[in-house]
Parts: sequence; structure tokens; C-alpha cells
Amino acid sequence: MLYFASFREAVGRDEEARELPEGARVRDLWSSLAGGVPLFGRFPSMPPAAVNRAYADAETRLSEGDEVAFLPPVAGG
Amino acid sequence: MHLTSSPIDLPSLLAQARSGDGAVATFVGVVRDHNDGRPTVRVQYEAYRDMAESEMEKIAAGLAREWPEVQVRIVHRVGLLGIGEASVAIVATSPHRAEAFAACRAAIDRVKTTVPIWKKEFHPDGSSDWVDPTKEKSV
Repeated sequence: MLYFASFREAVGRDEEARELPEGARVRDLWSSLAGGVPLFGRFPSMPPAAVNRAYADAETRLSEGDEVAFLPPVAGG
Repeated sequence: MHLTSSPIDLPSLLAQARSGDGAVATFVGVVRDHNDGRPTVRVQYEAYRDMAESEMEKIAAGLAREWPEVQVRIVHRVGLLGIGEASVAIVATSPHRAEAFAACRAAIDRVKTTVPIWKKEFHPDGSSDWVDPTKEKSV
């Protein structure tokens, strides 16, 4: 897991490893995070997610070694 | 298509523009001294570097499909920036101006929507906050 910007500040680290049950999907990972971090719990729905550096939807299945990041609202430009 | 932690060198970007074309449209985004009614003294851009560069490549590939005659280059700055410094530069080169303007406009609109880059604004009172373009403006 990678954390950026406001999400990085909310969890106090920029990366960590997470163990998930076999067959877990992106939305399962978000649910497990949302219970532990107040900022995440306030999101009405899952923010955009990236798996291995590309946008991925909530139903994407995760495998060993995947790099996952939930993305705060982007503000480039 | 890349991120840079050094100041954006616009003359060098323009010098790399395809020669022989009739039109070069550029867009340069610079750091504003206020936002949403509050003064800003500096900003910090943070990126998910690998993904940001790959999303910028995807934007360029999409633009090349829509405007096959246009060549687009995108450079985005990361790190701490002062007021008036360039945060992003887009150079669109084309045989004719209409396509160059259109592709340049589309490029900056898409960069703001899909590239994983975040901006923190620092205010004169020492406070700071992450900009959320999805939130309604307070003024």
C-alpha cells in the first residue's frame, strides 16, 4: 500500500504491507482501511484506486505483491 | 511527458517543438498568490511519480489519436514552489493553429482530472491545506 498527500498525513506513513484473504478485491481493502482511519471513514464512497500504477475499479481482485494506492482528490495543473 | 523537481525550462521545451509546423500553442500554469479567497505564500506539489508519468503518457496517446497531426509535450513540476513559478507546461505543435489550441486545452483539462498529483497550499499565518477541486468553492 502506498499513501499520498492527505492520506499519507492521515495514516502517518507513506507505505505499508497488508495481508488480505485469498480473492480479496480492491473494495475489501478499502473497507478494512476505512474502519481504522477517521479521514477514510468520512468518505461517502471509495476514492479512486490504483493497482500497480494504473486506475483500477472496486471489483479488481488483488494478488500477492500488488502495489495498491487509494488516491485523494487530484489537484495537478 | 515527465515530472521535474527543477524549474520548468520553457525555452528549451519550445526549442524541442517539431520544426516545420505552422503553429505552436503553449499553456503554462503558474502558482497563484490566492485561492478560494485565501492568500497563498507557496505551494507544494506531490506526485505518485511512476503512475503520474504513465497517466501523462496515456493523455498524450489519447490526444495523438484525436489529433493525429499534433505533437504534445507535457511537463509537471513537483516539490516546493513560490508564487509565479510554473507548475505545468504544455506545448502543442501542429501544422495549423486550431488543432494546436484544441489539443493544448484538452491536455491541461485531462492533466487536472486524471494525473495523480496533489497540491498543498501554505498561507501567511503558517497554516496549510491540501487542495480539493471536488469541493465547492467557499466564495
